[in-house]
Parts: sequence; structure tokens; C-alpha cells
Amino acid sequence: MAIEKEKLNWMFRTMVRIRRFEERVVREFADGNIPGSVHVYIGEEAVATGAIAHLKKEDYIMSTHRGHGHLIAKGGEPNKMMAEMFAKKTGYCLGKGGSMHIASLDIGILGAAGIVGSGIPIATGAGLSAKMRGTDQVTICFFGDGASNTGRFHEGINLASVWSLPVVFICENNLWAVSVPTTTSLNVANVADRAAGYGIPGVVVDGMDVLAVYEAAGEAVARARNGQGPTLIEAKTYRYRGHFEGDSGTYRPQEEIDRWMKKDPIAQYRKKLLEMKVLTKKQAEDIDKEAIAEMEEA
Amino acid sequence: MREIYFRQAIGEALDEEMARDPTVFIIGEDVGPMGGLMGEIGGLYQKYGIDRVRDTPLSEAAILGASIGAAITGLRPIARMRFADFLGVAWDEIMNQMTKMKYMFGGKIKMPLTMDALTGAGRRSAAQHSQSIEGMMMSIPGLKIVLPSNAYDAKGLLKTAIRDDNPVMFFEHKYLMWSGPKSEAPEEEYLIPFGQAEIKREGSDVTVVATAAMVTRALNAAETLQKEKNVSLEVIDPRTIVPFDKETVLKSVAKTGRLVVFTEECQTGSFAGQVAAIVADEGFDYLDAPIKRVNAPDTPVPYGIVLEDYWIPNEAKLIKTINEIL
Repeated sequence: MAIEKEKLNWMFRTMVRIRRFEERVVREFADGNIPGSVHVYIGEEAVATGAIAHLKKEDYIMSTHRGHGHLIAKGGEPNKMMAEMFAKKTGYCLGKGGSMHIASLDIGILGAAGIVGSGIPIATGAGLSAKMRGTDQVTICFFGDGASNTGRFHEGINLASVWSLPVVFICENNLWAVSVPTTTSLNVANVADRAAGYGIPGVVVDGMDVLAVYEAAGEAVARARNGQGPTLIEAKTYRYRGHFEGDSGTYRPQEEIDRWMKKDPIAQYRKKLLEMKVLTKKQAEDIDKEAIAEMEEA
Repeated sequence: MREIYFRQAIGEALDEEMARDPTVFIIGEDVGPMGGLMGEIGGLYQKYGIDRVRDTPLSEAAILGASIGAAITGLRPIARMRFADFLGVAWDEIMNQMTKMKYMFGGKIKMPLTMDALTGAGRRSAAQHSQSIEGMMMSIPGLKIVLPSNAYDAKGLLKTAIRDDNPVMFFEHKYLMWSGPKSEAPEEEYLIPFGQAEIKREGSDVTVVATAAMVTRALNAAETLQKEKNVSLEVIDPRTIVPFDKETVLKSVAKTGRLVVFTEECQTGSFAGQVAAIVADEGFDYLDAPIKRVNAPDTPVPYGIVLEDYWIPNEAKLIKTINEIL
């Protein structure tokens, strides 16, 4: 699969920017500058990046409470995002929504689902709208393993399947719904197995490998754009930190956390790019420095 | 002038708005070939096609969720929810999504979404098909609520609802839909704005605020009281629960000195209670008697003829209460 160098670089830069943004959020939250709660995307960067790499500005995404990664990948500006979280007037939502409710229709961000699962039928509606208006806009709906067990998962995906709507449903399965593991909440091995119940393709992908996500998402987005209907992608991924900042996460075994961190999406991708000679070590370091500076500014 | 039934008012309003604005579409169960539960939108599917009159699976949360997604991306959905009692299945979409998104997003989206549903008792449909839940919905900020009492009002208000860029809950009282009297209504288009109560009968002794099917009963009671005791009721129909036209009511109470709020709701948590609170607060000096509320008891709606008729507030109960405060 030949991907243009520009896209390969964009993906690396985006993942690094997400990571640095979230690390800064963790710090600011710990310092007491962000009211309420935040849910950071650290560890899951490859999913948002690999998927949204296929989207245009006019395409839509429906995000989640753990959505900063989706927003940045879709073109969300870190300073406006930060401002929103700091409850400032200059934020995306004039400071009235906070971390979980950032939306910007101009860049196709329909918002985030503060109530788990609520975004799924809304994404179906955006797909319906695109189809009725005769555009080729695609909607990517992100949600987690927790949401995959809600009624809205069933209702929203079923409706999208019977109407053959241009929506890509991406389950970011990080194995834990707060403290409840999928071993106790799923009676199937994969969330994607449920796609069979809707007559749509169900694809399992390694969510720590951005190129794998890119490939699977590419097929799904193309299907949607060509009027072939929805797809359910399940990205197996992991959040390094607790569900929310302040959650010690002691319900997860350290061994498991360590195991997943070894598959860090940014580290493995950087290694790949260096091998492919797409990036030099210095360029990689510069990108990282720029990202840190950008988030400092924000 | 010609006369129309309540059902026709619904069908005509939807037809006119669909013809006028190509972004308007209907979504819900049995809206297509069946033309609505009572055929009230018969013909629209044939006229506008499967794209704009969409039958759905039995998935209220998806119906409303998809309507939300469509509304924020440029379309104008009318989500027909059948019975108000079914809204429980999609309560999150109402309580947390459609009514809060505009606020949470700093006012930067539009949510031009209208829901309509049958409300109320009188058709022996029992507990899960007969409720009046405007009191519950009224406490959700960001939702307009419309409750017409006759065909003429219904048509003008439904057109206004569809043109509103905010979420609107439009209730159709099922008794009025099935068996209500006709109203005069012009052929030409007309709209009725929200937040404008109408004085259905002028009077001087007692203000009666009544909604939906209770309006006719209040007018009946007014005839009786006028004839038998020379007591004159002023009957006010708010027409919209949210926004509520308190000025018209206060002006009336300033004249009469007495207020009875007469609705089909269970008393606790009702719109009737809110009206009483507002007038007790802002119309205190006008009052010559305590404010009374005549509502249904705080129970589920019973099945059957005898029990349901006992449950529904009626002329006799209204008259009895009015006598207590004269």
C-alpha cells in the first residue's frame, strides 16, 4: 500500500501533537486549572489519526468523552480547545461546554457524546442528512467498548444499515469501561462480530498500529463514499491512564498496562518511518519539539 | 368558512410546510403508506416520496438521535413519535441531547427539530398510552411545548413549530384527534406564534386556565354556571406550555380575583402547579381566594370506562371547586 509521504508525515505529526496536548492537559488538570473532569486519549492516538487521515474538512466526526484526539486529528485548534477546557470565552463553545462538549460544525466536528452511546444515532442522522442532501460527506462515529453494549449502539447501527448510510462506526475497544472489563461485559470475542447482526462488514484491527487503522478505515470510508453503506471497525487499543484524571485505575493489573505500553503507537510508528527513510531522527525530534511548543502556547 | 377536524389540521400543516421547504422531512413509525396512526398524514407519502416521508424500525432512540444529527447538519426533521408515553424510550435524546447541545456548543448550532405525539386520556388506552407529561418535559430547559385545544390552533401552531430553529414538542390530544369537534379554518395559510394565550371565553368572576381537552369542558362548565348561578368564567387557553404567556393570565386574575387551573395532568409536578406558583407570586395582590388546581389524581391512568371517566377531570369537579372559592 503506497501512501504519500505527506500523509505519512501528517500521521506522525498528528499523533505526537495529540500526545503532547494530552500530557499538557494532565499537567494543567493536576495544577487545578481545568474544572470538572478530563478523559485523556494517551495510548489511543493511532485510532483517531489512522481513521481521520481519510477525511476532508466537510466530512463529519462524532466524538466521545475521550475525544481530544479525534478533535485534533480533524483540525481542532489546540488553543481553542484548551480555552474551552479552561472555561474561557475564547473556547470553541464560549466556555459553556467544557472538555466533553467541544463542537465545531465548520470543521465537521458534531460534538462529543457526554452520555455514552448517544453519538451513535446522531452520527446515523448526519449520514442520513448527507445522503438526503446528495453530498458525498462521510461520517465517522467513534465510541468505546462500553457504548457497544448500549441500546443506542443497536438502534443507531441497525438504522444506518437498513438505510445504507455513509457512516463508519469505529469502536475504540480499550478493554475497560471505567472499571468494568470487557471480559465481563462481552459474550463475544470481538465487538466487530456484532456487525453480522446488521449485515455490514465487521473489521478487527490493531489499534496501536496507525497504518493498520489507516488501511481498514480507508476501505470503510471508500465504501461509505460510494454509497455502499456503513462498516463497523473495532480497533483494539488501550488507555495508559485511568478513565478520568484522578482515577488511580488500580482495578487494572500493572502487567497489562506495561504490556500495552510496549506497543506504544507513536514509538512503533516512528521506528517504521525511520526504517522507511521517510523521516530522519532529527526531523522526528523537531516534530516533537514543535508539538511541545505548540501545546505550551495553547 | 370551511371547517376542519383536528386530524386534518395536522395533515394540512405538514403538507404545507413540506411543500414550502425542501429540507423538511417526516421520520417515524407508520408515517409512510399507513399515513399515520389515524391516517392524519395520508397522501403525504405518495406526494413527497420515500425519501421525505421515512418509515423507521421500531427504534425511538434512533429516530430522535438521527433527527438530531440531521437537524444540526442542515435539515428540518419532524419526528412523529406516536404516543407521548413512548418518549421514555428516547428520554436521553430529549433531556440530554437535543435540548442541551446548542447551549453546550456556545450557541453555535441550530436544532430545528419538531417532535409530535398523541397525549392524554379518554380513549380507554390505559396507563401506558394515556399520559399527559408536559409537566415533566417543562422542567427540561431548552424545550418548547405546544398543546392545542382545537383544530384551528393546532394547524397554526404546528406550522410555527416546524419553522422554529429550536426543538419543539407538539402534543396532539388523542381524544381531540379521534372525536373532537371541527373548527373553522381558512384555506389561506396562517401561523400562530408561541407564547400567546387565547381567551376562549370572556368573563368576570373566575379565571379558569385550561389546556387541551379540558378547554371544552371548561367552556361547558362556564355555560352551566352562567345559567344556574349567574357566575361568569373567563376561560384562558395558554396554547403553548413553554413559552407560557403569564401576562394574559395575570391580567385576567387582576380582573376576576380568582384562579382555577384545570388540566388533565396528574397534579404533582404539573404545569398547573407552575401556573399557580407564578400567579401566587406575581398576582398575589389580585387574589380574593386561594388558587385552586383541578387535575387528575396522582395515579396511573386506569383502564375501562367507569374508572377512566372517574380519573379524568371533568365539568362537575371543576364546578364543585369553583363553588368552594366563590
